[in-house]
Amino acid sequence: MTESTQSVIKRGHPGKGNKRSRKTPKGRQVDPAALQEVQALLTDRPRRRDLLIEHLHLIQDHYGHLSAAHLNALAFEMKMAQTEVYEVATFYAHFDVVKDGEQPPPPLTVRVCDGIACEMAGAQTLLAELIEQTGAEVRVLRAPCMGRCDQAPVAEVGHNHLMDTNSSAVIAAISEGKTEQQVPDYIDYDSYVAQGGYKLLRECLSGQRTVEDIIAQLEHSELRGLGGAGFPTGRKWRIVRGYKGPRMMAVNCDEGEPGTFKDRHYLEHDPHRFIEGMLIAAWAVEVEACYIYVRDEYPAIREIKRKEIARLDAEGLLGNLKVEVRRGAGAYICGEESAMIESIEGKRGLPRNRPPYVAEVGLFGRPTLENNVETLYWVRDIIERGPDWFAGAGRNGRKGWRSYSVSGRVREPGVKLAPAGITISELIDEFCGGMQDGHRFKAYLPGGASGGILPASMNDVPLDFGTLEQYGCFIGSAAVVVFSDQDNMKDVALNLMRFFEDESCGQCTPCRVGTEKAVKLMSRDRWDEGLLSELSKTMTDASICGLGQAAGNPINSVLKYFREDIS
Amino acid sequence: MTDSIHFSLDGKDVEAMPDETIWQVAKRYGTRIPHLCYSPEPGYRADGNCRACMVEIEGERVLAASCLRKPTEGMKVHSANQRASTAQRMVMELLVADQPARDIAHDSNSHLWQWADNLGVRDSRFPARQTPPPDSSHPAMRVALDACINCNLCVRACREVQVNDVIGMAFRGHNAKIVFDQDDPMVASTCVACGECVQACPTGALMEATLVDERGVGDTEGLTGVDSICPFCGVGCQLTYQVRDNRIAAVQGRSGPSNENRLCVKGRFGFDYINSPQRLTRPLIRRDDAPKRGDLDMDPKNPLSHFREASWEEALDLAASGLKTIRDRDGGNALSGFGSAKCSNEEAYLFQKLVRTGFGTNNVDHCTRLCHASSVAALLEGVGSGAVSAPFSAVKDADVVIVIGANPTENHPVAATYFKQAAKTGTLIVMDPRGMALKRHATHMLQFKPGSDVAMLNAMLNVIVSEKLYDQAYIDAHAEGFESLKKHIKSFTPEVMAPICGIDADTLRTVARKYASARASIIFWGMGVSQHIHGTDNCRCLIALALITGQVGRPGTGLHPLRGQNNVQGASDAGLIPMMLPDYQLVENDDIRQRFEDIWGTPLDPHKGLTVVETMESIHAGKLKGMYIMGENPAMSDPNVQHARDALASLEHLVVQDIFLTETAFHADVVLPASAWPEKDGTVTNTNRQVQRGRKAVELPGDARQDWWITNELAKRIGCDWGYSEPSDIFAEMASVMPSLDNISWERVSAEESVTYPCKAPDQPGDEIVFSDGFPTPTGRGKLVPVSIIPPDELPDETFPMVLTTGRQLEHWHTGAMTRRSEVLDELEPEAVATLSPVDMSRMSIEPGAMVRVSTRRGVLELRARADSAVPTGMVFIPFCYAEAPANVLTNQALDPYGKIPEFKFCAARVEAA
Repeated sequence: MTESTQSVIKRGHPGKGNKRSRKTPKGRQVDPAALQEVQALLTDRPRRRDLLIEHLHLIQDHYGHLSAAHLNALAFEMKMAQTEVYEVATFYAHFDVVKDGEQPPPPLTVRVCDGIACEMAGAQTLLAELIEQTGAEVRVLRAPCMGRCDQAPVAEVGHNHLMDTNSSAVIAAISEGKTEQQVPDYIDYDSYVAQGGYKLLRECLSGQRTVEDIIAQLEHSELRGLGGAGFPTGRKWRIVRGYKGPRMMAVNCDEGEPGTFKDRHYLEHDPHRFIEGMLIAAWAVEVEACYIYVRDEYPAIREIKRKEIARLDAEGLLGNLKVEVRRGAGAYICGEESAMIESIEGKRGLPRNRPPYVAEVGLFGRPTLENNVETLYWVRDIIERGPDWFAGAGRNGRKGWRSYSVSGRVREPGVKLAPAGITISELIDEFCGGMQDGHRFKAYLPGGASGGILPASMNDVPLDFGTLEQYGCFIGSAAVVVFSDQDNMKDVALNLMRFFEDESCGQCTPCRVGTEKAVKLMSRDRWDEGLLSELSKTMTDASICGLGQAAGNPINSVLKYFREDIS
Repeated sequence: MTDSIHFSLDGKDVEAMPDETIWQVAKRYGTRIPHLCYSPEPGYRADGNCRACMVEIEGERVLAASCLRKPTEGMKVHSANQRASTAQRMVMELLVADQPARDIAHDSNSHLWQWADNLGVRDSRFPARQTPPPDSSHPAMRVALDACINCNLCVRACREVQVNDVIGMAFRGHNAKIVFDQDDPMVASTCVACGECVQACPTGALMEATLVDERGVGDTEGLTGVDSICPFCGVGCQLTYQVRDNRIAAVQGRSGPSNENRLCVKGRFGFDYINSPQRLTRPLIRRDDAPKRGDLDMDPKNPLSHFREASWEEALDLAASGLKTIRDRDGGNALSGFGSAKCSNEEAYLFQKLVRTGFGTNNVDHCTRLCHASSVAALLEGVGSGAVSAPFSAVKDADVVIVIGANPTENHPVAATYFKQAAKTGTLIVMDPRGMALKRHATHMLQFKPGSDVAMLNAMLNVIVSEKLYDQAYIDAHAEGFESLKKHIKSFTPEVMAPICGIDADTLRTVARKYASARASIIFWGMGVSQHIHGTDNCRCLIALALITGQVGRPGTGLHPLRGQNNVQGASDAGLIPMMLPDYQLVENDDIRQRFEDIWGTPLDPHKGLTVVETMESIHAGKLKGMYIMGENPAMSDPNVQHARDALASLEHLVVQDIFLTETAFHADVVLPASAWPEKDGTVTNTNRQVQRGRKAVELPGDARQDWWITNELAKRIGCDWGYSEPSDIFAEMASVMPSLDNISWERVSAEESVTYPCKAPDQPGDEIVFSDGFPTPTGRGKLVPVSIIPPDELPDETFPMVLTTGRQLEHWHTGAMTRRSEVLDELEPEAVATLSPVDMSRMSIEPGAMVRVSTRRGVLELRARADSAVPTGMVFIPFCYAEAPANVLTNQALDPYGKIPEFKFCAARVEAA
């Protein structure tokens, strides 16, 4: 048969016949142009899924937002499902996900810190003024603590942090186009080496020091995890080293606890002291790779690290150790150690249920040493000066040095290296020049947003790990925020609860629903005290991680110590 | 049991197995601990996010999630003391605060509400949140996130159990939200509607559309469950029909060995075809004023245009007398029967028995001829058995999995879930000219040139032989013909084969090495392998790969042709094959035939009968004059189908037994209204050799009758008096003549739901993996058969420059007789479609969604074009389920010489804008 004699077969069919077939397979199709753009940004970077957040940053930085087409193209390129990319992108505050047909955000974003210290310094007024005074080309957002509480209020124009600022300074920065991060002067590699830096590391690497010796000295020094958990550092190294390799290391540079800025302080001044400590830890625990997770609010520090680590690599000090700097994307929860590991793996920052602990099953399922920046910062000094130098410090029966981040109504806020166990009165008077004029000491946060609130009447409690728990509080990262008679503790507690509500990962019911309900209940004129304390109890008892477990602390403290502010 | 752990639960000493959680131990001891995000069903990882199952462990600062926590020796656990109970109740109260009121709940009998009742939580003291609007975009499911508790069971269902990766948990904190893809409406997403999420959802936030009213209010109480098997593909998923007022209201997956509660869109949502107004409910006899014509088109909604209704007596008498007249006049070989792989084992057995003993001929076949006949031919020749050597669930023990010429996410969706899971930890090698959903999960995707299977596979054999990656010890013990294969394969180097198959030599080497050197490798194939004139050769290559590397007969190894129909294995076993009596016993073997003649009490035709395509030729040649067709639709499924329709129309007498007026029935003299699967009892055998029990869930409509009854009545009228009174009688007879059913009785299958054959004892499970110690061949060895490259029968040329390939689609089954009458499936895939590469479409200036004309030397169709980058350039793919544009009008009837299977997967075609 030749084709010319054939007629087209047209027949009825048993279906309803009232719809048309899809033009393409199911779901959004990959747009070839978007795919090309994504490939151009990714160049020859590996397409491993743990790099997802890094890849999202590339697109966000270049296009100012993440379009549906780009997310789909990225998913295709990384052999991931669209939703796996989407759920990560929407988890982090610094990614602007724009749906099909929606307007992308303006090219410039200004974030105003509404952490408790900035709020006391007029953040809400600044925010309102900026929204009023800026045009359509600028987006003004509130943002959680930026780790610059001693210079409140703070606003971030693009990546440029303006401290002790006001609306005219912000407007000026916008109009002058000052949107890049300011890298401070710091002790660079050459200066650090000139002052004896990396001698200890070289001694370790060359076998002049033994692992046992280093760990024993750390144990003797009683150095503890200064990110907030206070776990003995030497013991942690020993535990992780005891698990079968390959082992990993993760460094927590996601300092986000409101009121805390000590890690930033050290890293902006003397980054190599930290890096040397990190490399000694990596050597002692014999890890294969080390990931430094830096919060996105610290762009200058990320810049410094990348530069200096490249230098170290060139100097041959890294050996076979793989060191990667990973960039957070705006999520307080990623400061929680297991959430941080999830984030390094390219996922949403959901804390893990424990056991197993990260020491045994951590990054990529491997035994993992996770240390805070400051903890590692002290390693060199402890070994060089001897463990007694560290253990010998302390007051009121406590041992060691603590870096208190002090902010609020004191005359001279800042990072205060002081003996562990110092009381709030001693800290304010000896280290902070007393209270600001016209302010009478009323209350303080001993440990950031999570550590509860204590009244001025309890000014003689040693501030250290384990001394505050009996009062429903804890020291955590030693972020001390001082309040005065001009501050209402009900408002403070609500500010803190709003922070937890915003920053809850949303994984578990007590925290996700509990913080949301708590904010609603605490916003009422009269608190339902019974319900709030029941709620707080369940949040503490049943939440997966420290965020939810501690989120009720401000409620409890107000109910216990500041009844006059709620009646 | 030295490994067990002793601890105290609520003051009682209890014992735990090493991997048990506190929750599991508690359940075993009869202590009920609340749970919402935890599902004890297989495949669901405990996540510990809802915190409803909190328990107090003495000495610990906070409570622990009992669904995750494993007890340790001496631990003291309290699941119901004040601290634990307070937390459990408070969690529930927090969640209930945001639920829709119970009297307007999406499921007022949901798992959440049941636990709220148990905990005494009726309402909540907390203020409610703002909730997202419902999504009613999908025809099968309703999404109402106002009831969502973010337990992420649906995410695990979609991502970890079914591995469809559509559902995600997006955003953060109290804004965290279940999304489809990028927060798209469900119907616009990549959702394949497997419904696993609906089955997993504990709150009614995701519901079957059939279980809620327009307001989204529903209740799952009062549904009667009837356990049965899915009627669609060869995976053989176990399911439960949920029946209300003699209608199936919903379907739930059941934990069968092949599906572990999983189902696909067809099995879960495609059940309503049985209620179609187009169901045949009265016998029909052709009207005298309605002559047959090969090009006849009918409206299946209106059979009375060409038929009249008749009583069963009249219809059966006429049906039987027409067949009897031909038999008595022209001999049994003027008759033929097509049985169906859609029917039960008992119906298949009865059908072939009628043809063989009543008609007196071996002219009996079914659609296996069009699916895996070449696979069976090669397997019988090579390893002595046409069935799979291992179930598809063996992938969990495999390091390397090859899937070739198959698109399991569309055609064996539940089997595909196991492949995708295996790909997370092992190596998945996919070989197919078309891209597919498995591609994203694959370690290697070899999109070879259509029809070049032998070149690609011979290159792999060449690598294995030349690099000595074969298993000499295994070959010495279990294979024959290796020396001649070795010699033959020498010239098929990857470098020489690469330009022929389009896969570079390095990749060919890599996959050959991986397959050969893995601890355990397994091969799965589908009709992309079998439906070629070199289909048998393709399979011979696969068998050779397994035999020379010893990748068969052990856990995680084997050869598995993915069977198409729900009972194609069983129907073939039962003897719906023209050259074989039940259990593949050759009709031309005198001893065997003698045995069956003794059992059946009648002489049998000593010659093998005609296969499906040969049958049509024989009709055209005037030799074959009468047919009895049960549940088959050759007017849609045969190659060059107009030719087949002309044949059917020219029959002197055609009896069609079906549930709908199929395209085949258009040409019938008598149409007998039969039973749909949910209306009957019987057994079916899936691709894994698992014999499973189907049960009647609803009554037959109108005057429709059971298939076995109809066949039995016809048999009576042509002189066979069998005396069966129910399907179990038939099964008993089958078991007595089929060694494969040794130790498998109707009662056993009914009690155990699923029994794998072969089975050594009535109280032992069957052998999932066979050939561990040789093969059921005459020599006991596997036979290596060297093959050479044969090009497809009809190559593209200037007039017909493209390659047409046909196949199936997720939503539609085979010729569409059932699925196009399912409202959900019809809505999801409503009309005929041709899939093309976007590159070709833009070259030809064809817009996606425009009409195209597709022609071959046999016919012309017009249908809608779909742009799909998975299709390589130069190819057009058309599913053969669409009556309005039957793809088989175009296909080539050239046959594989051994399996007699037509070359559905390749012919020359032309595509142009319509």
